[in-house]
Amino acid sequence: MKNAKRLLALAAAGLMAVGMLAGCGGSSSSGASAEGASSDELVWVIGCSGPLTGDAAAYGNDVVHGAELAAKEINEAGGINGYQIKYIYGDDEHDTEKAINAYNTMKDDGMQIFLGCTTTAPTVAVAAETLNDNMFQLTPSGSALDCIANDNCFAVCFNDPQQGAKSAEYISTHFPDAVIATIYDSSTAYSAGIEATFEAEAANLGLKVVSTEAFTGDTKTDLSAQIQKAKDAGADLVFLPIYYDTAATILTQANNMGYAPAFFGCDGMDGILGVENFDTSLAEGLMLLTPFAADATDDLTVNFVKNFQEAYGKIPNQFGADAYDGMYAIKAALEDAKITPEASVSDICEALKTSMFNITIEGLTGTVTWKADAENLGEPDKTPKAVRIENGAYVSIED
Amino acid sequence: MGRIKTYFSTMDRTSRDDFITYGGLLVVFIVMQGLLSAGMLSNQMRGLLVPLCVYAIMAIALNLVVGTLGELSIGHAGFMCVGAFSSAFFSKINPDMPDLPRFIIAIIIGGVVAGIFGFLIGIPVLRLNGDYLAIVTLAFGEIIKNIINALYVGVDEKGYHFSLSSVNDMGMDPLNGNIIINGPQGVTGTPRSATFAISMVVLFISLIVILNLTHSRDGRAIMAVRDNYIAAESVGINITRYKLTAFTISAVISGFAGALYAHNLATLVATPARFGYNMSIMFLVFVVLGGIGSTRGAIVASVVLTLIPELLRPIQSYRMLIYAIVLIVIMLVNWSPKSRAFMETHSLKRFLFKKGGKEDK
Amino acid sequence: MVSFFTNLINGLSLGSIYAIIAIGYTMVYGIAKMLNFAHGDIIMVGAFIAYTVISTFKLPVWLGIVAAVIVCTCLGVAIEKIAYKPLRKASSPLAVLITAIGVSYFLQNSALLIFGSDPKMFSSVVPFGNLTIGPLQIPGTTIVSIVVSLVLVGALQLFINKTKPGQAMLACAQDRDAASLMGISVNGTITLTFAIGSAMAAIAGVLLCSAYPTLSPTTGAMPGIKAFVAAVFGGIGSIPGAMIGGLLLGIIEILSRSYISSQLSDAIVFSVLILVLLVRPTGIMGKVIQEKV
Repeated sequence: MKNAKRLLALAAAGLMAVGMLAGCGGSSSSGASAEGASSDELVWVIGCSGPLTGDAAAYGNDVVHGAELAAKEINEAGGINGYQIKYIYGDDEHDTEKAINAYNTMKDDGMQIFLGCTTTAPTVAVAAETLNDNMFQLTPSGSALDCIANDNCFAVCFNDPQQGAKSAEYISTHFPDAVIATIYDSSTAYSAGIEATFEAEAANLGLKVVSTEAFTGDTKTDLSAQIQKAKDAGADLVFLPIYYDTAATILTQANNMGYAPAFFGCDGMDGILGVENFDTSLAEGLMLLTPFAADATDDLTVNFVKNFQEAYGKIPNQFGADAYDGMYAIKAALEDAKITPEASVSDICEALKTSMFNITIEGLTGTVTWKADAENLGEPDKTPKAVRIENGAYVSIED
Repeated sequence: MGRIKTYFSTMDRTSRDDFITYGGLLVVFIVMQGLLSAGMLSNQMRGLLVPLCVYAIMAIALNLVVGTLGELSIGHAGFMCVGAFSSAFFSKINPDMPDLPRFIIAIIIGGVVAGIFGFLIGIPVLRLNGDYLAIVTLAFGEIIKNIINALYVGVDEKGYHFSLSSVNDMGMDPLNGNIIINGPQGVTGTPRSATFAISMVVLFISLIVILNLTHSRDGRAIMAVRDNYIAAESVGINITRYKLTAFTISAVISGFAGALYAHNLATLVATPARFGYNMSIMFLVFVVLGGIGSTRGAIVASVVLTLIPELLRPIQSYRMLIYAIVLIVIMLVNWSPKSRAFMETHSLKRFLFKKGGKEDK
Repeated sequence: MVSFFTNLINGLSLGSIYAIIAIGYTMVYGIAKMLNFAHGDIIMVGAFIAYTVISTFKLPVWLGIVAAVIVCTCLGVAIEKIAYKPLRKASSPLAVLITAIGVSYFLQNSALLIFGSDPKMFSSVVPFGNLTIGPLQIPGTTIVSIVVSLVLVGALQLFINKTKPGQAMLACAQDRDAASLMGISVNGTITLTFAIGSAMAAIAGVLLCSAYPTLSPTTGAMPGIKAFVAAVFGGIGSIPGAMIGGLLLGIIEILSRSYISSQLSDAIVFSVLILVLLVRPTGIMGKVIQEKV
């Protein structure tokens, strides 16, 4: 027993020492690269984070890979303002505390600009840190309003209230008589956020919502009860403000139950056609508001999808696209600010804070500019496209 | 110097043991605080200081139940969760109070609320034994997490509004209302009052409470219940009372940890991974790896197991896999009778002093 | 009324899956006396193996199931040998519980690295669709799961009560030292238990994913915990109890989701569990063992 304890204590001491040394090593190496400023060693250190393990890993991996792909392309094309990007990333396990750990670790590695996080709660937690450090933060997919409450935080994706309101609006113009049921994930901020605004907006617009049912991350295996309720309530349109993986389950289960209403989703629904072995005929007629379509035929998207598939062996979804656009937005803003990596983290942040409002990105998720008015500071200005899935592909149904 | 040495050697075993625990912790505190003030810690290490204290507190709190009382609880994250949310709630509704007193009151509130939950849950639960008790604590932890995830609390000029289903259900004034607990989005904007020093103070207080309890008459009664409850009952020990005492104190301390946790981050959410059974199990791992019943061991194990995945960050996606392997290997090395025997015969002490392998017990 | 019965059937569908997982759980618990937290993850491995064989290599369904059973059996035995056996005589039974958690992390993260984090849709292995009785539809997977779990309960009861290795298992469950004095190989018996338990986990994995098709590295975790609850519900260690516990748990879960609150269904399920345990501290079918001085 005693020996065991001693071993453990020794291990603890060792780990602590390694931790500190690693820290010192990290800071000294970044110091070295700063000293080597005169040589061509100077780089932009851009960090990205998302859940790479655990339940939400599918989203984080896409974000981290999308940003990596953009960084690689930018480097091949000569970098930003003549300097290469050193791209780093960390695993936040979709957890607030781990997100801060990942962020701090990347700071030790000399991170100057933070492109993250992937999910909402970690983004909000890290936003408090970036505010303290005055580090520029651009979240590819953190969608709650709290994510961009600080003026150093910007977002690439739409925010939740915007999506909820837009969905209600779209449904009320195109299907004013629809009998609507909602199934949402009450354990994620994303889904609950959209649902809350949708519900309020639908009431304003006089939409007929007959059932609103929730599930949680722990109960998403089986959704038959929620589908049954929608069916019993006679809903002919089911609103699904959830991510594509659970949506695939709902579509499959509804089909098994012989229930075929119209389904309507938000940007989280994108990716459903890429789910391995998913019977895409089930998604026939599914409508969603999305800024990105992996099967779009413009050169940018085609190349992105091709390169992404080559590098990571899967079709990217909107998470990857948002991160890719985010990296290019940082590039554009840095070029607009005309600064070099010699500037301090805080100076870069200050410069980017103004430059973000000057840029326009022709990205995968459309033409994006950033709103400068106090009300919507840091929000992207882009329009989600309404698409319908026909013959296994997105078809625009925008007027 | 010589006198100190004599004093030290004349101390009885438990006092010496406690002395090492307190002293060791104090040294660690002074060293880390010194490094922190001198700015010599890496960002990563600096960010980990408060969480390490939180986990150490959770480890000793759970150790009181698992090690000293001998009952298996896999729901302690629930008490931490209650402490975290109640303290964050207090801090959110008192934005104008000065930071330190507010934080101290918040910690106390966290502890008290968690303690009340511990007491109420303890009354029915502690009638059960063994694995059944474990599953019921797990169930309570999951219930707490599930309810907090569905809990909406807001305040406007008409007073407080509650709902267990959605924001709109609260019937709040949409313009002037202030949502405090927002379902799955939790509590956002809690003041970040938790510092390393305060966390260390809370850890010390928890440690003093627990060590004093264990060495007191009550503590011996609790251990008697653990070792043989039938015998304990036959000598007139009120089993339920002592079980409940230990369980409630453990819940209070978990509530402290929760309050520290809540005030360390800008946003507090109860996701399935955070505050669910996964987290309770993690605390159990600390206790078992620390040697079940050893308070010092629990603290050390919590530090080791929190640091491993952080220090493995450079290997990215293989990180958690390696962590799992390390966990299995440490368990096998520390607990298997064979490796125990091997360590006894090959111990460093024996090698150095050429004495018998016997420990000075 | 129709909708009530439909909900009941949905509950039965979920419950039959819980039952099938719980049977494996409870058997390992009854004989090896350990909570195998990695059981849920073995289920996930089984589902991934079957998925790979059936959907990736386009081989016949039966081959996928056989492959899943073989791989899981070997995996279960290997885990037992490497991670659990050295700790069987450890001074605290908690040691092996923690290793099981380590194994669970290990399996989840290995699957993450091998199969990737993206969810996959498992195609049902059940060759027929819904059975229609009047206005009610009973999914094919439900019928298969119930039949399979009944067969497993029957076969296991026969095996344990009528065969030599089964009797040896019973002996080990009651008193390991006495069993070894009677010439029973305790190690061999426990290995056999893990082999059977893991083979059942493979079948459970295939059926779980046939009914609820999303497959990812964390697929097994929550059903594993729920099945554990079901096993306790029915009286842990009792094989028919596990089946009844599983079915009841599924029905309670679906009905509370349909008629009370879909957000709080877990809280309700766990509350019912607590109530049952307070009234019957050893579960529905559990034996009450009076502890003697």
